Amino acid sequence: MSDAGHERPLVEPEVERAEAIAGARAGGNVETLERAASLWGDAWRELRKRWIFWIAAGLISLFTLMAIVPQVFVAPSPATHDPRDCGLRAEDGTFQDRLRPSSEHWFGTDLQGCDYYARVIYGARVSIVIGVGVTALAGLIGLTLGGIAGFYGGWFDQLISRFVDVLFAIPFLVAAILFLNVIATAGNRNIGHVLLVLGVFGWPTLSRLFRASVIQAKAEDYVEAARAVGASNRRILVRHIFPNAIAPAIVYATIAIGGVIAVEATLSFLGVGLTLPAISWGLMINTAQTRIITDPHLLLFPGIFLSLTVLGFLLLGDAVRDALDPRLR
Amino acid sequence: MFRFTARRVLLMIPTFIGASAIIFFAGFALPGDPVSAFGGERELSDSTRAVLEERYRLDQPLLNQYVGYMSDLVLDFDLGESVLRRRPVNDIFWEAFPNTARLALLAVAIEIVIGLAAGVLAALRKGRFIDQLVLVSTTLVVAIPVFVLGFASQVLLGVKLGWFPIAGLNEGFKSYLLPAFVLAALSLAYVARLTRTSLVETMRQDYVRTAQAKGLRPSRVIGRHGLRNALIPVVTYIGIDLAFLMGGAIVTETVFNIPGVGFALVRAIGTRDNAIVVGFTLAAVIMFLLISLIIDLLYAVLDPRIRYE
Repeated sequence: MSDAGHERPLVEPEVERAEAIAGARAGGNVETLERAASLWGDAWRELRKRWIFWIAAGLISLFTLMAIVPQVFVAPSPATHDPRDCGLRAEDGTFQDRLRPSSEHWFGTDLQGCDYYARVIYGARVSIVIGVGVTALAGLIGLTLGGIAGFYGGWFDQLISRFVDVLFAIPFLVAAILFLNVIATAGNRNIGHVLLVLGVFGWPTLSRLFRASVIQAKAEDYVEAARAVGASNRRILVRHIFPNAIAPAIVYATIAIGGVIAVEATLSFLGVGLTLPAISWGLMINTAQTRIITDPHLLLFPGIFLSLTVLGFLLLGDAVRDALDPRLR
Repeated sequence: MFRFTARRVLLMIPTFIGASAIIFFAGFALPGDPVSAFGGERELSDSTRAVLEERYRLDQPLLNQYVGYMSDLVLDFDLGESVLRRRPVNDIFWEAFPNTARLALLAVAIEIVIGLAAGVLAALRKGRFIDQLVLVSTTLVVAIPVFVLGFASQVLLGVKLGWFPIAGLNEGFKSYLLPAFVLAALSLAYVARLTRTSLVETMRQDYVRTAQAKGLRPSRVIGRHGLRNALIPVVTYIGIDLAFLMGGAIVTETVFNIPGVGFALVRAIGTRDNAIVVGFTLAAVIMFLLISLIIDLLYAVLDPRIRYE
């Protein structure tokens, strides 16, 4: 999945490190065997000690809350904080567009005279929905295909691996732009289209990653043991391999949520993602781009909110990875 | 090694066929009719339409169009012709590519110099202030999307401080500096982190302890025994990054108004210029496949522990 809205899916170091976790876990299994299912318990105990985790959790909770109940954030003065109540002139005839931040309009107003604070707050919804939705869709496809490919091997594995190669060779952003244009014209493009295209092109990294950890887990003694007592393939895959191979994928998926949020903003900014009247941080920066030099607040506020959201998921991924990596303990 | 190389090259063929088919069919599934667009406001006569459709193979079934297109590409390196601009896509590509290539090479140079230095410093001072600084600053850089970073640096460094040209390519080398830094930012952060992790890991190896024990100077231990081995994954990473960058930096080129491959590609998607969309994307795919082939082979040379049977 593409990372942080940059030009390319730069996740190789993350993948490598996630794979290293899988490796380290395979090596350091003595402890895990002694205390059954303690990896997640250990990880949680480890997580709680890290301030990075609490910063990440704080940021993510804040933006998730913003996405679910934006009304709460504009509650202090709902009259002046309505994202769709815009007007170029007030009743007294003064111009209301591109006002600087003030006590009335905390983040100023935009080109249409809308309250920018309210728009920035309401913008969280699109980002969170897309970030979580795309990652869930990509996770569903990637884990299923990668898991089956890794566990059974053979022609299915070959087929999936080749297909992943194909998708890797196509620049992610180009593919996203191209297919968004194919499935919907600019006028009626909505959040569902963006979600679908990003999800469908986003699964290869997860699939490759999960396949590798399934192959690693498959060779473990406990899989042999389960097979010896007569467990079916399906049971081995679901009960034994899945829980032991999922950690790197979870780390990657957490970071990927942030990446997807940035990609959506990038697409909307380029004018090929969401279109007005949708409220999206990328779209705000797009409409403001010609005025950025004279009215920097139009870039500043959505830019900061966007970066902080991405940062939250990045930090959470970092913290979870460190907690899951026994070599660092 | 020969068998590995042969297998690796052969595997590129299905990958290329798959990728080109996806791009081709998607590109030509874009809504719009290039032949009508050719005529602009005027209605085309049936005979003109027929001539044009034959010329661009539009009268044939889509599969035949694809096969024809691919054989032109493979046999003559011909990416077709833009109906809208009435020019060969190759010409348009070679006009845009030098700008993209200069930007990409400068960005990779920045990644190598600053990324490596930061990574090595952080690794050698693990847990100290400089290490924390590198970790925190790289995380922050990764969190800021390119277009936000681009605009912010444009406003701050270009307009307010006047250190760099704001956009376009009118001032030669200077015009590339700011976009290259913006383009490099993300990978620079990854290079620094990867170098740090890899060097820390390498310095724990037995052969490094041996080198220290036999009394080698620290600079030699770090240089010859540590870095040389630690840099293998970093080299791979930078190579893949270069492969992606050569395909065109859509966001950076758009923000800084650089007439490169990415800029032209986005415009072409907007104007429904299918030939350019398909041609440029395929060029990026070819470049990606070739560079990653070189990287894979280089990897085998750099790390003698890896044996390809």
